[in-house]
Amino acid sequence: MEPSSPRNFPGQALPPAYLTPGSSSFTDFLRSAAPELMPGYSEHSEGRVEAPHGTTIVALTFRGGVLLAGDRRATMGNLIAQRDMEKVYVTDDYSAVGIAGTAGIALEMVRLYSIELEHYEKLEGVRLSLDGKANKLATMLRGNLQGAIAGLAVLPLFAGYDTEADDPERAGRIVTYDITGGRYNETGGYHAVGSGSVFAKSALKKRHDPDADLDSAIRNAVEALYDAADDDTATGGPDLSRRIYPSVVTITGPEGAVRLSEEQAASVAEDVVNRRREIPGG
Amino acid sequence: MTMPFYTSPEQLMRERSELARKGIARGRSVVVLKYAGGVLFVAENPSTTLHKISEIYDRIGFAAVGRYSEFENLRMAGIRMADVKGYSYDRRDVTGRALANAYAQTLGAIFTEQVKPFEVEICVGEVGSTAEFDQLYRLTYDGSIVDEPQYVVMGGQAETITTALKQSFTEGLELRDAIATAIRALSSDGESSRELGVGQLEVAVLERSRPHRTFRRISGAALRELLPGSGESGSGEQSASAPGGDESGAGGDVAQGDR
Repeated sequence: MEPSSPRNFPGQALPPAYLTPGSSSFTDFLRSAAPELMPGYSEHSEGRVEAPHGTTIVALTFRGGVLLAGDRRATMGNLIAQRDMEKVYVTDDYSAVGIAGTAGIALEMVRLYSIELEHYEKLEGVRLSLDGKANKLATMLRGNLQGAIAGLAVLPLFAGYDTEADDPERAGRIVTYDITGGRYNETGGYHAVGSGSVFAKSALKKRHDPDADLDSAIRNAVEALYDAADDDTATGGPDLSRRIYPSVVTITGPEGAVRLSEEQAASVAEDVVNRRREIPGG
Repeated sequence: MTMPFYTSPEQLMRERSELARKGIARGRSVVVLKYAGGVLFVAENPSTTLHKISEIYDRIGFAAVGRYSEFENLRMAGIRMADVKGYSYDRRDVTGRALANAYAQTLGAIFTEQVKPFEVEICVGEVGSTAEFDQLYRLTYDGSIVDEPQYVVMGGQAETITTALKQSFTEGLELRDAIATAIRALSSDGESSRELGVGQLEVAVLERSRPHRTFRRISGAALRELLPGSGESGSGEQSASAPGGDESGAGGDVAQGDR
């Protein structure tokens, strides 16, 4: 017998699919119960569309945590599509994801991803492990392979704090992905994705200090983003006149994942810009 | 030729009600009440993993008594419904009222159509922007829905506890007093000498002041500090709200991004 018959109570009672025990994954449930809501499920037709692209994201570890920072620019060809786009997202208490690539698809992926994490946590009563979270993102990325072939690629950068790590000082983790969903643990302690990533990574290679404290890590991230913006037109530097500053999310054991307030970001960014007035190379 | 047994609908309903009522009364009780900072859930539950109280969504909590497998099923369905709705529209569009309605319809359908009704009683609590908008919905096995103004008592010796709570409850209690009131009522069932300690209690709140996900479990040391007779040091709330100490969200400003 059916658990209930929605025929008699149109639009109100919970449909049978909702009452069927099954996966704790929101994506899996959505795919079976409401496939029309799944992002990117339709087959792509020939031809290409022009869509806004997000650009540079950097991640680096420090003593006691990890941080993720991104510039705010989205570009479409040679145009700036958006000046103040948010590309770094807190996905749960101890993780954050930064996105580069086709903005619309990436935003939808992150939204679904954070619901996925929350859904699992609510149903199971415990959080996913750090590796579980990282693998889930790989699976979602793999789901967009068709889109990537059609030119709508997305490249996330995952940062998380491993609450089960032996050494809380070294519990910050960075996970990188390739476009086919390949997942790689970044052991070097820093990474960057997006169009300006080459320059950001070169800057971080010189600056990164695994024993740095939170403040100098934030400073290093903003410096790296400045370097990326310096040499890559698609990356936006701190825009002091419009008050648009890089967005930074820090993840530590006691605080969890928190976004740096606008004032703090402003003071770091202004500091960096002022210093560069004297020494343009940093 | 065999004739099916005829049972009058009236008798059928009565028998089903009786079955459900008996099942619900066998378990231990849950008290849900409004307090100054939001909604408080207190359950007598020795298990630390099989919860009677749960988070559904940002501002919505769930408490249930009766048969675990059945209310667990409803809890899961509620979380799915809330998450699907929040994903397809916006987080603000998920309301306790819609959820309570869906539960009522589902329980009603099961009660009339199935051989055995669900032996459960549910409370859906929602914390609003001000105390005036806090909601408590009580849902019974037959799909009845009641909007309770102050508190909900379910399961076990519900009537005795309700009587006790009626005398001691006042509006706008602080968390510490609200917990004390709830525990005093819970321990007054039958032999009034029972003492409920941290090990027998499951406590959670929907806290108005928390951003994003308002649900927070209070357990262990944080709960011990809030229990009656623990002194008025009052730092319990602080220690419990650090991420990792409970199951609730700390930041989660993805929602701000798509709001």
